[in-house]
Amino acid sequence: MPQTIKRTALCALAGLALSAAFCTPAVGQDDILRPPAEAGRLGGRLVVAQSSEPKTLNPVTALDQPSRDVIRRLTADLVHIERDTQKTVPALAKSWTATRDGKSLTVQLRRGLRFSDGAPFDADDVVFSYKLYLDEKIHSPQRDLLIVAGQPMRVEKLGPYTVRFSFAAPYAVAERVFDSVAILPRHLLEKDYQEDRIAKVWTLATSPDRIAGLGPFRLKQVVPGERIVLERNPYYWRKDAKGQKLPYLDELVFLTVPSRDAQVARFQAGETQAISPLSAENFAALEPEQQARHYKLFDVGPGMEYNFLLFNLNAGLESKLPAVARRQKWFLDPRFRQAVSAAVDRAALLRLVYRNRGAPLVTNVTGGNKLWINAALKPTEHSEAAARKLLQAAGFSWNRDGGLLDASGQAVEFSILVSSSNVQRSQMATLIQDDLKKLGMNVHVVGLEFRSMVDRVVQSHDYETAVMGLGSGDADPNSDINFLLSSGQSHLWRLDEKQPATPWEAEIDKLMQQQLITVNYRQRKKLYDRVQEIMAAETPVVFLASPNILAGASQDLGNVRPAIIDNYILWNADELFWHTPTGKH
Amino acid sequence: MKRSSKLAWATWFLAVLLLVVIFAGFFAPYSYDTQDRDHPYARPSRVHWVDGQGKWHIRPFVFATKNREGSFTEYQEDPSQTYPLRLFVAGEPYKVLGLFRGHTHLFGVPVPGRIFLLGADGFGRDQFSRVLYGGQVSLFAGVLAAVFSAAAGLFLGMVAGMFGRPLDDVIMRVGEIFIALPWLYLLISVRAFLPLQMSAVAAFTLVVMVIGLVGWGRPARLVRGIVLSARERNFVLAARGFGAGKFYLMRRHILPAALGVVLTQMALLVPLFMMAEVTLSYLGLGVGEPFPSWGSMLANAQQFHVISSYWWMLLPGLAPAPVFLACHALADVFQERLKTAV
Repeated sequence: MPQTIKRTALCALAGLALSAAFCTPAVGQDDILRPPAEAGRLGGRLVVAQSSEPKTLNPVTALDQPSRDVIRRLTADLVHIERDTQKTVPALAKSWTATRDGKSLTVQLRRGLRFSDGAPFDADDVVFSYKLYLDEKIHSPQRDLLIVAGQPMRVEKLGPYTVRFSFAAPYAVAERVFDSVAILPRHLLEKDYQEDRIAKVWTLATSPDRIAGLGPFRLKQVVPGERIVLERNPYYWRKDAKGQKLPYLDELVFLTVPSRDAQVARFQAGETQAISPLSAENFAALEPEQQARHYKLFDVGPGMEYNFLLFNLNAGLESKLPAVARRQKWFLDPRFRQAVSAAVDRAALLRLVYRNRGAPLVTNVTGGNKLWINAALKPTEHSEAAARKLLQAAGFSWNRDGGLLDASGQAVEFSILVSSSNVQRSQMATLIQDDLKKLGMNVHVVGLEFRSMVDRVVQSHDYETAVMGLGSGDADPNSDINFLLSSGQSHLWRLDEKQPATPWEAEIDKLMQQQLITVNYRQRKKLYDRVQEIMAAETPVVFLASPNILAGASQDLGNVRPAIIDNYILWNADELFWHTPTGKH
Repeated sequence: MKRSSKLAWATWFLAVLLLVVIFAGFFAPYSYDTQDRDHPYARPSRVHWVDGQGKWHIRPFVFATKNREGSFTEYQEDPSQTYPLRLFVAGEPYKVLGLFRGHTHLFGVPVPGRIFLLGADGFGRDQFSRVLYGGQVSLFAGVLAAVFSAAAGLFLGMVAGMFGRPLDDVIMRVGEIFIALPWLYLLISVRAFLPLQMSAVAAFTLVVMVIGLVGWGRPARLVRGIVLSARERNFVLAARGFGAGKFYLMRRHILPAALGVVLTQMALLVPLFMMAEVTLSYLGLGVGEPFPSWGSMLANAQQFHVISSYWWMLLPGLAPAPVFLACHALADVFQERLKTAV
């Protein structure tokens, strides 16, 4: 896993959930179940690698990416956001109708569906599932996004295949909230729920016949620490244009391969047949053998990950960490941060770290986010002269050896923390160090084990600067709300703020709150453009670059359409098929 | 090989290596942190005597290189531009032992030409220069940690052997605990708690000292064994009979007996601790960028694309091998001497 601090399922989903109304202006939605692009052939197995073993197979408590990757192949949601178009499509819900006041949504379920163990599915399962997600005692990560205006949504059964969702306040794009909220089998879990054991069910040790979902696959076998084997769910409800039941694959196998480089080697050897994400360097290394080894590589363009140099602007460090506080004086001056930003050679960074398979950043909104990026913002120009001018204006000067001194004559020297296991970010830190050396700053790069680094940034605040990255779960502004709001959990530069510390942070807070309840895309875009403008001007962090989403898959695998939102390759696992299913897969 | 010649070549080799490494600034054509961002992963430069027109030159030279079209890390030589290799050229300033400044390098080519004897890394930094500078960290770490560990082992082993129970028991049990410590985890946690304001080199020295101090258990046990057996020897008993005190006995009779063992141990510990440094740096937890060490240079080889595309990035991994061989040769000689002495 590249150590992007993934916001929990919660905020990724929150983004999807609240995503713009412009996609679905109609009050109702009919069944427009789209068949796969290409009708495939049955059979074969697809093997992919995961960086770690899933912690659980329980959709109610799963937080980590490997767990979610497996669970989403086992389960289905009412309404689904298609990863390639980012539009909502009906899934278990055949259609839905919102009331004019936007306070309730009535969902018609598909009839005659069965769970992977053969038990029938109806409205009781939906009501039961949402009861679990909303139960305060279970602490499901999905719970927060099912709360509107401080009140949990109400879920009522109107008929055997009709369910009504009601909200305390208007909620215009409510159907997006259903994405990735897995519907659970009441017949298997009700007893556990009554006995308060729901958080402990569906572990890797659970027998496969005790786990059932409505997804394209069902669990076949778990070999601890080694692999998880899923097999075709014979009761799956999607069909292709020819009326053939999906999925096409007999088996989907997740291998646990901790190192990224080992994953690449396995892919190249043909032991796994799909891989994502790939680093640009590994992409380049795999490229020459595409034909000889029968795989195809995909560059989907900029994704949602943004990397940045973070300054420690946390308040109250004087007594606790005087050495950090001394250096913080410099970081608190926006001109210093702007000077650093101007000194960083992003073009070199893109070339050396991402082989130009990436895009420079001005704010947290990446080039891949075409709907929301503020195109009026110019890329930060790399200019040592401009950086020197800014530093001079902020009272800095240079000694005879070219070393930078602050107004009190203290030499400017600080450290950059970086996760030692993240090659790309370590490279960025080394490049920044070299760029800042030209300004006379003496910068140390300190590589720490990932968790030690996050502890320093999030808990003890004992750091000066750090190279980090965040990955938005969605293109929508709301997916970054935790990063932007002064009270947000990933407002990394100044955590645990009671009040916005600066007027511009207060303005961002106001704009973000406002866009939450604004339905019109244009108005919302205007608000979010202003947020980006402020972020670019104030430079609370120095935004660096965003890598392209790179993936690879066997040439024989059909319907491969990598998306820029995870899971990049497996999001349409039910449509993937082998052109030659009897081949050596 | 005869013992004396073994000793001679091992000593000479280590002496020359230490000299080269200490004067890395002079022997290396570039500084360890000079980036050439237009030449990431450049191949080792080819030194030519024949130019583009087929003309021979007395002075060897390198061609200019430029990116192959559509590639980031493949280069082609441009025979129209040659850069002669010169000795004792003026170049980037450097410091020897942090004291003496210099800017003369043993060899180099005129700018904008570049000579990469062992190729360049992902930032276009000269691998050959970095191997020389990296030796400063790796060798220094090995020797320093071995000295610490041997000194602590010698002292505690002698005290334990000489004073007997209960002090012996306490020291030996604590020693066993230290032997059983999972040192890698210990070092990772020590590294995580060091203040960030410490310079990279200071932080690293501290970690090395910890490596050394943790390793005292084994030499202490050996020294204690020597002391216990030496204590009962006739000449020691005789000396004691003449009224010699404990400290006199330790200094006069037991220390010389233990010294050979300690020297042998040290010759074995140096490679061991060098490996510890290499391991730590390999995990990215050694001396910080941009300062190189053999381990941190080798760490690049963890990456799939490096192993598959740039073989010269593996060369730093070979650097410790001759050092280890020399150290083990020394240990052999010491041990042989010890046997004959006894």
